[in-house]
Amino acid sequence: MSFKVVHYINQFFANIGGEEMAHVAPELRDGIVGPGLAFQQAWKGEAEITKTVVCGDSYFAEHEKEAKAQILEWVKAENPDLFLAGPAFNAGRYGYACATICKAVQDELGVKVLTGMYEENPGADLKNSILIVSTANSAAGMRKAAPAMAKLAMKVMKGEKLGASVEDGYMNQSVRVNFFDKERGSKRAVKMLLSKLADKPFTTEYPMPSFDRVAPNPAIKDLSKATIALCTSGGIVPKGNPDHIESSSASHYGEYSLAGVNELTEATYETAHGGYDPVYANADPNRVLPVDVMRDLEREGKIGKLHETFYTTVGNGTSVANAKKFAAEYAQKLLKAGVHAVIMTST
Amino acid sequence: MKLELGFIKISDIQFSKECKVENGTLYVDPEAVKAFMYEDDDVKAWVKDFSFDVAKPGESVRITPVKDVIEPRVKVEGPGGEFPGVISKVDTVGSGKTNVLRGMAVVTAGKIVGFQEGIIDMSGPGADYTPFSKLNNFVVVAEPVDNYQEHKHEYEHAVRIAGLRAATFIGELGRNVTPDETKEFETYGIKEGIEKFPNLPRVAYVHMLQSQGLLHDTYVYGVDAKRSLTTILNPTETMDGAIISGNCVSACDKNTTYHHQNNPVVADLFEQHGKTLNYVCNIITNENVYLADKQRSSDWTAKLCRLLDLDGAIVSQEGFGNPDTDLIMNTKKIEQVGVKTTIITDEYAGQDGKSQSLADADPLADAVVTGGNANEVIILPAMDKVIGTLDYVDKIAGGHAGSLREDGSIEAELQVITGATNEMGFNCLSAR
Repeated sequence: MSFKVVHYINQFFANIGGEEMAHVAPELRDGIVGPGLAFQQAWKGEAEITKTVVCGDSYFAEHEKEAKAQILEWVKAENPDLFLAGPAFNAGRYGYACATICKAVQDELGVKVLTGMYEENPGADLKNSILIVSTANSAAGMRKAAPAMAKLAMKVMKGEKLGASVEDGYMNQSVRVNFFDKERGSKRAVKMLLSKLADKPFTTEYPMPSFDRVAPNPAIKDLSKATIALCTSGGIVPKGNPDHIESSSASHYGEYSLAGVNELTEATYETAHGGYDPVYANADPNRVLPVDVMRDLEREGKIGKLHETFYTTVGNGTSVANAKKFAAEYAQKLLKAGVHAVIMTST
Repeated sequence: MKLELGFIKISDIQFSKECKVENGTLYVDPEAVKAFMYEDDDVKAWVKDFSFDVAKPGESVRITPVKDVIEPRVKVEGPGGEFPGVISKVDTVGSGKTNVLRGMAVVTAGKIVGFQEGIIDMSGPGADYTPFSKLNNFVVVAEPVDNYQEHKHEYEHAVRIAGLRAATFIGELGRNVTPDETKEFETYGIKEGIEKFPNLPRVAYVHMLQSQGLLHDTYVYGVDAKRSLTTILNPTETMDGAIISGNCVSACDKNTTYHHQNNPVVADLFEQHGKTLNYVCNIITNENVYLADKQRSSDWTAKLCRLLDLDGAIVSQEGFGNPDTDLIMNTKKIEQVGVKTTIITDEYAGQDGKSQSLADADPLADAVVTGGNANEVIILPAMDKVIGTLDYVDKIAGGHAGSLREDGSIEAELQVITGATNEMGFNCLSAR
C-alpha cells in the first residue's frame, strides 16, 4: 500500500494562467497536476498524489477564510498521509498561501504537511510552525527542489525521526538539533577562518542572537522636581490578578493606578510571576515594587513625585519580542504623562 | 621550534609480569604501575589503594566516574620530559623527539569529589559521543583514604598526579621501540616566519584554559592558569605535554589532558601551516570568575594578537555559562583590533533545544563552530561490566535524580559523557 498525498498548487503551476488568472477560486482535481509529477516519480510507487488542489494566489489572499474552509473540507474527506504544497520559490502570495494552508491542515486536521520556498519568501515566516524546505528563488530551481522535498516528504510519511535542518534540508525551526558533521569541529573552524580571511562567504553554525543594548539616558539633574514611575517584570499586580497576566510567557502587561496608595500590602497586591519563590513578594510586595520607599522620598522632597500609574508584567519565559512590544507601547504613555525617569525592577 | 612525534601503534593491552611494548601490544604489570604511583608522597597520603582494569573498543563496558584521560608518551631526544613542572623538571618542552603510544590511554576513575566527572561507554550509543571509546584504556580506579571528605582538594590532586605518573610509567616502555610512523612539526620565529611565508595570512590559536576554580584548574608547566597572565606558547609545547587538565567542569566540555596533548586545533592548523596560512603561535588565556580578571585577560589576548600582527585567530573555549563571557570578550576585542576570528564553543540550548545557547553574545562573533547541544537527552543502555561505580550517576552534571534506572540503563544529558561536546573541535558533533 502506498502513502496518499494531497498536493496544493497555484493557478500558474496548474497551467491556468499567470497574474490575470490569480483570482480563480479553489478547485479539486483527481490525481497529479503540473509539478506533482516530479514528486510522484521520486517516490517510485511508495506514495501517490491522489488529489490536487488548485487555487488562485489572489483568491487565497483576498478570501483566506473561505479558501481555507473549502480546502480543509476536501483534505479532511481525502484523509491523506501528507499534505504537500508548492514549492513556491520566491512567489510571495503563493508562498504565503502554501505556508498558511499547510499550517491550517496541520493544526486543524492533524495531517502531516510539507512545503518548499525561498528563505526570503514571506511564507517562510511560518518556518517554526511547519516544515519548509529551502529552495532557490525561481522556478528554475524545481529540478533540485522536487527531489529534496520528495525525500523529506517520504521521511515524514514514514514517521522517521528528522535530522538537523542542514541534514534534511528544511528551514531551521529555531530549535537546536545535534547531528554528526562529516568533519571534526577544529577542521571546520580552520576552513571557516580561511574563508573569512579571504573574504569568501561562510556560514556560522550558531548565528548570534542580537542583544539589544540600550545606552542609558543622561542623569536627572534635579530629582526634587522629577516625576518618577515604577515599572517591573516581577509580576506585581492587584490582588486577584484582574488582567490575568500569565505566570510564564506573558502575552500582555498591566497598567494600574497608585493614586492614594501609600504602600503595597499583602491584602491588596501579589505577584503573578511563576519563576521565583513568591512567598517574600506576596508577604511584602514593596520588595519588588518599592512604593513605600518612593512615598518616603516624595514626602522628604527628594523626588518631585511618584507617577500615579505603574506598569507591570511577568519576565518569566516571556519572549524578547513580546517584552519589547510592551515597553515600546507604555514608554509612549509615560512620555505623554510627562514622566522624567523610570525605575524598572526585575526579579 | 621543531618537534618530532613518533607514533607507536597500540592495539591491545595485556596484564603481565613483564612490562614492555611489543608488536603493538602493551604488556604491563599493574603492581609495577602502582609502586611507581606510590613513589609520590601525596599519592601515598591520600589514596588508600588502586585497582586496575582494561577497557577495549566495542566491549560492553562503562567507565565512571571518569576524572582524566592521558596519553602515555616518552621524551626520547631533546630537552625536558613528560608533564614538565608536574612530573618532570620544568625545562621547556616542544623540541626534539617524543614517542607516543597511539591508540591507548590511561583513564583515572573512582570515588568522586566534585560533580563534574563523566562516563565513557565502550559500546552502544554513548560510545559514538566520546572519542575515548575508540581507544584501549588502561583504567586506574582510585580508592581514597577514609577521611578524604575533609581533604577533598588533596585527594583530587593526588588522583591527578597518580594518573600522570601511570601514564609516565607506561610511556617509558615506548622509549626504545621504533615508531610505526613519525611526523615533524615546526613553527618559526616572527621574522623568520614572515620571510618564509610572505604571502600567507598570519594565524594564531587563542586557547582558553578553564580556571574558574572548580576544585582545581588547568596547569601550564605546573602553574595554575588562574594565576597566570595571558601568554604565548609554541604550538609544539602544547603537543608535548606542557598543559594538563586539573579542573572539574562538566565532563562533556572538559578538556582532558589527552585533549591538550592531541589538541585538534593545533593539529589542523599545522596541517595548513605553510600551505594556506602561517601558524604563528598559541596564545593561552584563562577563564577566571572575577570581572577584573576577565577584562585584563581579554585585553591582553587582543593586545598580543595585535602585537603579533595577526590576520586571524581561532578561539576555543572550555566550560560554559560564565566562560561564555570570556569567549565573547576575547572575540570582540580581537576583532576590534582588526584580527578576524573563528570561535569554537558548545551549546546549552535546553533539553528542547529552544533556549538561547550561550550566556553572552556579540555580533562580532560571526563565525562560530559548535560542538553540539550538551542538554540533549540520551539513553545509555546497561552495560555488562562497570569499571568504577554507578553510585554517582544521578549526581554528576547532566544527571538528575532517577538518571540511573533499575535495569542499569541511564537517562541523562550528553553533559555526562566525557568529551561529548568538546570545544576544541575534537569531534564531528555539531548542531543547527
